[in-house]
Amino acid sequence: MVPREYEVARAPDDLVEMLVDRLVDYKATVRRCSVEGLGGVLAEVLAGTERIVAPSGVPEGWLSAYQGEVLRDEPRPLAVADLDAPGVAVVTGCAVAVAETGTLILDAGPDQGRRALTLVPDHHICVVHSGQIVGGVPQALRRLADPTRPLTLVSGPSATSDIELNRVEGVHGPRRLDVVIVDR
Amino acid sequence: MTGGGNIVARRPFPAAAKEKLADAQLRANLRRATHTIRDKRLRVVAEVPDWEALRVAGAAIKDDVLSRLPELLEQFEAAATAAGAVVHWARDAAGAAALVTDLVRATGATEVVKVKSMATQEIGLNEELEAAGIAAVETDLAELIVQLAGDTPSHILVPAIHYNRSQIRDIFARNGLTALTDDPPALAEAARRHLRAKFLSAKVAISGANFAVAESGTLAVVESEGNGRMCLTLPETLISVVGIEKLVPTFRDLEVFLQLLPRSSTGERMNPYTSLWTGVTPGDGPQTVHVVLVDNGRTDTLADDVGRQALRCIRCSACLNVCPVYERVGGHAYGSVYPGPIGAILSPQMSGEGANHTLPYASTLCGACYDACPVRINIPEVLVHLRQTGPHPAAERAAMRALSWTMRSRRRYAAALRAARRGAAPLRWVTGGTVRRLPWPMSAWTAARDAPLPPKQTFREWWARERS
Ligand code: SF4
Repeated sequence: MVPREYEVARAPDDLVEMLVDRLVDYKATVRRCSVEGLGGVLAEVLAGTERIVAPSGVPEGWLSAYQGEVLRDEPRPLAVADLDAPGVAVVTGCAVAVAETGTLILDAGPDQGRRALTLVPDHHICVVHSGQIVGGVPQALRRLADPTRPLTLVSGPSATSDIELNRVEGVHGPRRLDVVIVDR
Repeated sequence: MTGGGNIVARRPFPAAAKEKLADAQLRANLRRATHTIRDKRLRVVAEVPDWEALRVAGAAIKDDVLSRLPELLEQFEAAATAAGAVVHWARDAAGAAALVTDLVRATGATEVVKVKSMATQEIGLNEELEAAGIAAVETDLAELIVQLAGDTPSHILVPAIHYNRSQIRDIFARNGLTALTDDPPALAEAARRHLRAKFLSAKVAISGANFAVAESGTLAVVESEGNGRMCLTLPETLISVVGIEKLVPTFRDLEVFLQLLPRSSTGERMNPYTSLWTGVTPGDGPQTVHVVLVDNGRTDTLADDVGRQALRCIRCSACLNVCPVYERVGGHAYGSVYPGPIGAILSPQMSGEGANHTLPYASTLCGACYDACPVRINIPEVLVHLRQTGPHPAAERAAMRALSWTMRSRRRYAAALRAARRGAAPLRWVTGGTVRRLPWPMSAWTAARDAPLPPKQTFREWWARERS
């Protein structure tokens, strides 16, 4: 009954390139690396960060070269005050990424954790595997394992344009967003 | 027309508009804001190859919702309840505000944090909470500015657009928020510090929802600053106030609206944050979740074959930004929380109170709003329909008959509008904003009132040229 003549699958020439372009446009910082290079790149991004939060599903391997303290959310959930402490960063994966809109979708999977983990710290580092990138929004929503899990679509760091329409990056959500794309 | 609350214009539109036309700063701010956003919108819409197909699908999905609303509402209730939410129904604004206030009172909280929401403004929730001794803290930056100023929003998307930076710094200072300078980043930082403590300690949050999915009981909030995520994630109790027309049948339908809304609204490919939640998730977010479904005149609107399309609205504000009338008078002149072209057709259908019957005249019928609308609401058609069916003097009725004859043919209408623009040109600098008369067939109408100047070229003509 509803005419759905719109494109369900977008197929840009280069998914990764488009995603990078969109993320940079949102003032996120993007790095690319190989699977083997991930630990080194994350350590580089986290240089100077003394403490990070990592959800249970973030593999030890990702953090192998990181020198600081790693806080895990289990067995006991971290207090909001721990997440809010100055200088804390959070490292997560994502469920799927949308090239056309520069969107990272978090679905509270094991390598992303509960929503507060990616919200309260002022610095979010999100690891995206190239196989997780799709062209457009319809493809992305279809990839979600269970849409009734809490979902957060993140497109750049938080921002406001409320004062004379000047865009200011960074209000309440993480003010810094680093994306690491792992090529396979 | 049985709705109430903050959708009732207290003064006739022409009187309110006249006063606003005299405010030079307001007009300068509005002009800059509306032009900036509409240019951004055009850029990001132009890069979507299937934009028209998305609009057609969006309109059809919403029409489907409107044609079987009772069934879908029950489906939503069942799904949300199964997921752990408590669903409530409110017939009108007063009932909804009282219901939410009772829910807050039951938690013992004396302060709640709020996500920007048209529905809660519509039902006058903050006023009701205040009367019950509960402080409602608006957490969207612009809403916070407006709240601290003791004012009301003037635009759906950028509610504080009528203030400039030094005024905002003064408003902050009067309320104990210190910003080092009046630079936007410094002002945003002051708001962040002020609100952070509130987010981390709040027990109750109140939100609206952009979409409610019938099949899954999922709600969605689309935002930019992260204040929405804070409210939706940290407090123990979440109460969401949702107009019954916010439904979409299936989760899949979001693939259409999550493309249409950000590009039409802020002119971005995607807004920074969209949150979706379904009832309660153990260990993640609020453990008590209420959803209050509000009618407040919506089912009356549904009863009108022509007028019901107004309920497709997804509140993107694109129609405000292209409207030559809105650009000159701003949101306050419409006297309702729903301003601009959509307000001119929605408020009078939802409530017949006050001066709402004057709102359908707040338009030049130029059609730019229809072209911009992501769900293809034919706003000019509904305006004419409401002018014909609403209460108005005999001279206007005659004018409306002529106008409706003109409106029935796109060619006749385009010709009349071009004539109107030619006729208006010499008057532009003389009267500085309004014309005394429009050429026939609109002349009979303008004899009774000053009409705002039609734009130099219509959006449709401009769009055609721009894309050729
Ligand atoms: S009427 Fe259309 S353009 Fe106007 S706010 Fe609603 S959806 Fe947007």
